[in-house]
Formats: sequence, structure tokens, C-alpha cells
Amino acid sequence: MNNKIEIKKLNLHYGKFQALKAVDLPVGENSITALIGPSGCGKSTLLRCINRMNDLIAGVRIDGRVLLDGRNIYRHGLNVPELRKRVGMVFQRPNPFPLSVYDNVAYGLKVAGISDKDRISQTVEGSLKGAWLWDNLKDRLDKPALDLPLDQQQRLCIARLLAVEPEVILMDEPCSALDPIATMKVEELMLELRKKYTIAIVTHNMQQAARVSEYSGYMLLGDMVEFDLTANIFTNPKDSRTQDYITGRYG
Amino acid sequence: MERHFDTELDQLKQQLLKMGALVEAMIDAAVTALIERNADQLKQIYENEKQVNGLQISIDEDCLRLTALYQPAAGDLRFLLGTSKINTELERLGDQAINICEVVNKLLKEPQLKPLIDIPKMVAITTDMVRDSLNAFVERNVDKARAVLMQDDQLDDLKDKIVAELTEFMTKDSGSISRAIQLILVARSLERIGDHATNIAEDVIFVVQGRDIRHHAQDM
Ligand SMILES: Nc1ncnc2c1ncn2[C@@H]1O[C@H](COP(=O)(O)OP(=O)(O)OP(=O)(O)O)[C@@H](O)[C@H]1O
Ligand SMILES: [Mg+2]
Repeated sequence: MNNKIEIKKLNLHYGKFQALKAVDLPVGENSITALIGPSGCGKSTLLRCINRMNDLIAGVRIDGRVLLDGRNIYRHGLNVPELRKRVGMVFQRPNPFPLSVYDNVAYGLKVAGISDKDRISQTVEGSLKGAWLWDNLKDRLDKPALDLPLDQQQRLCIARLLAVEPEVILMDEPCSALDPIATMKVEELMLELRKKYTIAIVTHNMQQAARVSEYSGYMLLGDMVEFDLTANIFTNPKDSRTQDYITGRYG
Repeated sequence: MERHFDTELDQLKQQLLKMGALVEAMIDAAVTALIERNADQLKQIYENEKQVNGLQISIDEDCLRLTALYQPAAGDLRFLLGTSKINTELERLGDQAINICEVVNKLLKEPQLKPLIDIPKMVAITTDMVRDSLNAFVERNVDKARAVLMQDDQLDDLKDKIVAELTEFMTKDSGSISRAIQLILVARSLERIGDHATNIAEDVIFVVQGRDIRHHAQDM
């Protein structure tokens, strides 16, 4: 498998506190890679490094490399907004804009200066289909997005990403606000999306990592303790710390 | 909604069925060689066995992986446990085919001791039992599985009859001993094949209904 992303010897400090310690992580193309580990171990921090969201936090220092298609995204002169289009992010709480369903999905195109109405409505339709919302919402495109149930809001956020044609989708606990049925829908959607996109997901829910991902990384206190095929992590982890976490003996 | 897990379970089932078909073919080739006194098909049995051994390992790995990754419950959990057990039974069925095959190789080097009468009867019953137990699994058909269990007694009776008859041969003519022993081994293998088919049928009932009917099949 081709690696879409390769993180190499990445260190991150929040002021004096070192949150990531020489972390290595490959993210395979068209597959789902999961990051698991106890609260505060640095999963979200690591995920945010992949589209430079940490740049927005004061006092952050980063060294090491994050290669996207072989090129370091921390190089001088990289266009960050362009990067964030290629590498989109879905958050824990669905965060649609207080706009209609249609305008949420069209938003990124309009920002990108696209005004061709036909093209926009085609993209909106394609993106909603891609997020399995079209059949539900095609007759209610002018409905306020915030009136949708939570799982549809979350999938709308995914549709909003798809509209700008990303290559990589980062998801930080995308299901933690959802009930089990809605969670299952989003998981099935992820499995569909991985055919076209590269996905990295942070989850507190080990079973979710097990169900959806091909590869998993187990993190502890800023270290990448173990990275392997998810099937290996869950049937025969090499590191006893991973074993303890997977079997619920941690802490 | 179709779950991704369902696709995985279905692929596993297909693997098991493939293994079942290979094992059925092995048994069929071995008993045909015996009855027709023709060794042509025996080579194929060893080819199949290699595939069966490979499948046994990959099916077990899949059962382990799917159990670890999907935390299966209820029917899904029983399906995975049942598949793992049937997997073991199938591999042992394959071993019995090999045992028969080795006996046939020896028997074919000597003139026929006697025309076979009860062994073909056992063959007919075991072939039915194996096929029906696998079909019961495919169709999740409890009635078919129960019917397999009912046939086992007939096999035991036939085997006792064969042993008694061959014992008589051996008592009368010490020249018949080695061939008679080989035939008893065949009857013994056929009996074991019936036992494995019975186990598969019991596993099917467990998978479908969640009932463990081993050891008290008579009071179903
Ligand atoms: N903006 C920040 N400033 C200072 N420290 C931070 C900041 N964000 C995170 N940290 C610290 O960095 C460490 C890693 O945090 P991070 O949010 O990446 O963990 P996490 O694995 O995502 O945890 P959780 O599972 O609770 O979301 C923690 O000790 C946290 O307190
Ligand atoms: Mg986090």
C-alpha cells in the first residue's frame, strides 16, 4: 500500500510541555488509520499536525516532518489554506454553519470564487450523495442545517468537506456525540469513503477503531507505542502497554 | 442497513463452503476408489488436502480476527463460534478421507477378499450425512440438521455387522487377516465420518437456535 502521509520524528511542544515525542506514523492511501490511546496522550494534537491546525495555537513549537505525497507540509512557503482543502477535518461536535443545508455544502465553493450555479448545484448533489444524505434531504435543501438530527449534521459536515474535493479526511472522535445507530451509519459511510479518500480517525472507542480501520496506532504520553495492522493490534499486540489498554487493564 | 461486518461474515461462510466442497470431493474419491478398485483418483485427494489445510488456517484466523475486531453478539457470535467448530470437523473429515485412501492403496495390491456389501451402504449414508449437514449450514435448516443426527445409529449398526462378519473371515482363514483388518479400518473411518457430520449438524443447530443439543440428542 502507498503511504499518502508519512509523519517522521515529529516533536510538538505546547510551551514547555512536550505533547508529541519523536512520533512516526504512516497513513496509507485509500485506507483508514486509527489513533487510539488514553485521554491526553496526544491523539488530537497529532491529527491536527496533519493539516497544520496547531499553527493557530500560540506557543506551539513543531519539529520533524509531515510528508503529504512525499512533500513536507511544514516547508517554507506552503500555502496553508490550500493544504486544508486537500486535508479536511471533521470534528467531535457537528459544526454546520447556521445556514441552509444547500448553503453549507456550497460554502467552500463560493469561498473558492466559483459562481457557476449549475456547477455548484451539481457539486452539492454529488457531495450530499457521497455523505448518504441526498435521499433524505433532496426536498429540504433550504432547511436550516441546525434543525437536522445530530448524525445528519455530522454527515452534512462530511458533505461540506467532500464539496471541496479533499484527498485526506481527518476525523477527531466523529461519533462521540452520536447514538449507536447513528454511529454505525457514520462508520459504514467511512468504509465507503475510504475507497476514494485517505482517512485518519481519532477515537476513544476502541471497538470503533477495530471495526473500521486497517491500521492502528496506540499512543501513550506523547509516544507512539505501537503501530500495526489493526487486526494484529487487537489479536496479538507486541507491546504489553498496548495489551493492557486493549484489554481494559489500563489505569 | 447492511453492515460491513455482514460482508465479512459472508466471505467467511463462502470459505467454509469451499472447504466443505473439497472435503466432500476427497471422501467421494476415496470411497469410489475402494468400491471400484481403481486408484486413479487418489492423487487428487492429496492435492485437495493441501488446500483444505490452508483453508483451515485462514478460516481460524478470520474467526479470531472478526471476533476481536467486531465484538460480535448473539447470532453473529454463535455463527463465528460455530464456523470455527465446523472448520475443525471439516479438517478431520479430510483426515478420514486420507485414512481411507491409504487403506485403499494397500487393498489394491491384493486380490479382493469378498464383494463389498455393507461398506457401500455405509458410504451411501455417510455421503448423505456430510452433504446434508453442510446444506443444513448453508440453509440454516434445523430440520435437515436433525435428520442427520437420526442417521448416525444406522451407521453404528452397520459397522458392528461388518466387524462381526470380518472377524469370522479371520477366524476361518488366517490369509484373510491383513485384508480384513484394512476393511475394518475403512468401516471405522466411515463411522468417524458419520460422527463428524453429526457434530456439524449439532453445530448448525447451535448457530441457528442457540441450543446446545450435544450429549442428549435423543431427547430433542
Ligand atoms: N492548546 C494547548 N495548550 C497546552 N497544552 C495542550 C493544548 N492542547 C493539548 N494540550 C495538552 O497536550 C496533551 C495532549 O492533548 P491532546 O488533546 O492531543 O490529547 P488527546 O489524546 O486528544 O486526548 P483526548 O482523548 O482527551 O481528546 C495533553 O496533556 C493536553 O493537556
Ligand atoms: Mg482529543
